[in-house]
Amino acid sequence: MTETTVTAPLVTDGRIETAVQRMRRHQRLVLALRLAVLVFLIGGWEFGVRLGVIDPFFFGQPSGIVTKLIDWTENGTSIGPLWKQIWVTIYEAGAGFLIGSAMGILCGIALGRNQLLSDVFSIYIKVANSIPRVVLGSIFIVALGLGAASKIALAVVMVFFVVFANAFQGVREADKNLIANARILGASNWQMTRAVVLPSALSWILASLHVSFGFALVGAIVGEFLGAREGMGLLIATAQGSFDSNGVFAAMIVIAIVALLAEWILTMIENRLLTWRPDTTVNE
Amino acid sequence: MSAIASPSAVALKNVARRFVTPSGDVLSALEDFDLSIAPGEFMAVVGPTGCGKSTTLGLIAGLARPQGGEVTLFDAPVTGVDRRVGFVFQQDAVFPWRDVLGNVMAGPLFRGVAKDKAEATARDWIIRVGLKGFEHHHPHQLSGGMRKRVALAQTFINNPQVLLMDEPFSALDVQTRELMQEELLQLWAQAKSAVLFVTHDLDEAILLADRVAVLTTRPARVKSVHTIDLPRPRDVATLRYDERFIAIARKISDDLREEVLRARGADARGH
Repeated sequence: MTETTVTAPLVTDGRIETAVQRMRRHQRLVLALRLAVLVFLIGGWEFGVRLGVIDPFFFGQPSGIVTKLIDWTENGTSIGPLWKQIWVTIYEAGAGFLIGSAMGILCGIALGRNQLLSDVFSIYIKVANSIPRVVLGSIFIVALGLGAASKIALAVVMVFFVVFANAFQGVREADKNLIANARILGASNWQMTRAVVLPSALSWILASLHVSFGFALVGAIVGEFLGAREGMGLLIATAQGSFDSNGVFAAMIVIAIVALLAEWILTMIENRLLTWRPDTTVNE
Repeated sequence: MSAIASPSAVALKNVARRFVTPSGDVLSALEDFDLSIAPGEFMAVVGPTGCGKSTTLGLIAGLARPQGGEVTLFDAPVTGVDRRVGFVFQQDAVFPWRDVLGNVMAGPLFRGVAKDKAEATARDWIIRVGLKGFEHHHPHQLSGGMRKRVALAQTFINNPQVLLMDEPFSALDVQTRELMQEELLQLWAQAKSAVLFVTHDLDEAILLADRVAVLTTRPARVKSVHTIDLPRPRDVATLRYDERFIAIARKISDDLREEVLRARGADARGH
């Protein structure tokens, strides 16, 4: 009997170690398989072109896209330096995102907290939300011109409704017990909004911000498609105009990198703001 | 009844509270409801589930209005949420995004106390409920019993003269519940507030209260009020095996069982 008690901890330690090792091995396997999928897809594309199965005129070619990206960074694009186009699009999307989400949060909380306001305006918001908003881009270009303002306006419209809907829902979902508790503890209406309603709506709002930065980018790029003097959207439109598939793909990759960076920054902000939440296992 | 009645901390006279259901029916939760609690008195209310116990608390807290009758606090009608009232909820109602310190000092801050003073008082209360060292933990990092301690400190820090408790310990395991009952009796002995403690646990009601009111099935009325003349301070852990306790419990439980059976009969007919 004494033997078992002595060896028991060792056995457990051994088991824990193998479990950790097994997990590490699994992670390595996943990483290797992911790389394999990437190599297979890109390699398949490249070989397809070289063997004449895929026509690079229509579908581009990975090596051509890389050459294009290098050419753009070294010699600039046909419409000016690459970084300038990236910056213009980030500026338009970012400004639209900030304005749109601020408006969405304010309106969502105001309507969520006030029954009369929400009864009056809910119908208009529903109608406005059902309009395909990209079409508004044409109006904005006519009204606000070819500069950044029209793109920002389109990005605002794209972002506003998503954030608004989530903020509104978040306010409505605030725990009735917490609200009653705060009221009895002595909270005024404003204190209630700040100390209870806003924090409980915050996870809803942050979730919508993730989605809506993508929408802001779409708004800015579509705006640039429709009429602009600079920006990634114009770069794509120009590449399209000269039947340059590699150029379209290269611009797409640049935009994807911008979107991923924004997503990463938003996740960092979210983790900072929601430290009070129980740890959730992140799938990565 | 004499013209000069003894002062009451809480009084409900002929109170009625009705709800309109989504299907348009009128549901009567309380009807001709009379109950009075003296300052510093511990009153427990027991009754069949869904009979309107929580509704009563909502009326006293000023979270809802009665459709008939009168609810008074220290002989003045209740017109809204009153500063003298504290409320401990059945479910967790502590703010999950605030740490223990932030939760306990919430009341004073809402009421306009300066931040450093509120924090000092809050630290004092955190020690009194035995949570020293957990000031910067968030609720999700605490056990259910510890979260209840936070809720108690959060409520007691406002010095309530009337303390309303809605089955506060029902979600806790038996051992933790006993500890919390003891804790509550100690806090109450110092605070000397009038308590209205709603519970479905008759033992708990007798262990804690000066008087126990038994409610009827819906619409709720006070069926009977029993005075619990067990001496204080009470030992929650051993009192339930005392003969006097058992005698009282038997008497009230007969009363209560009648109502529970009636409630079940009404349910069977209604559905």
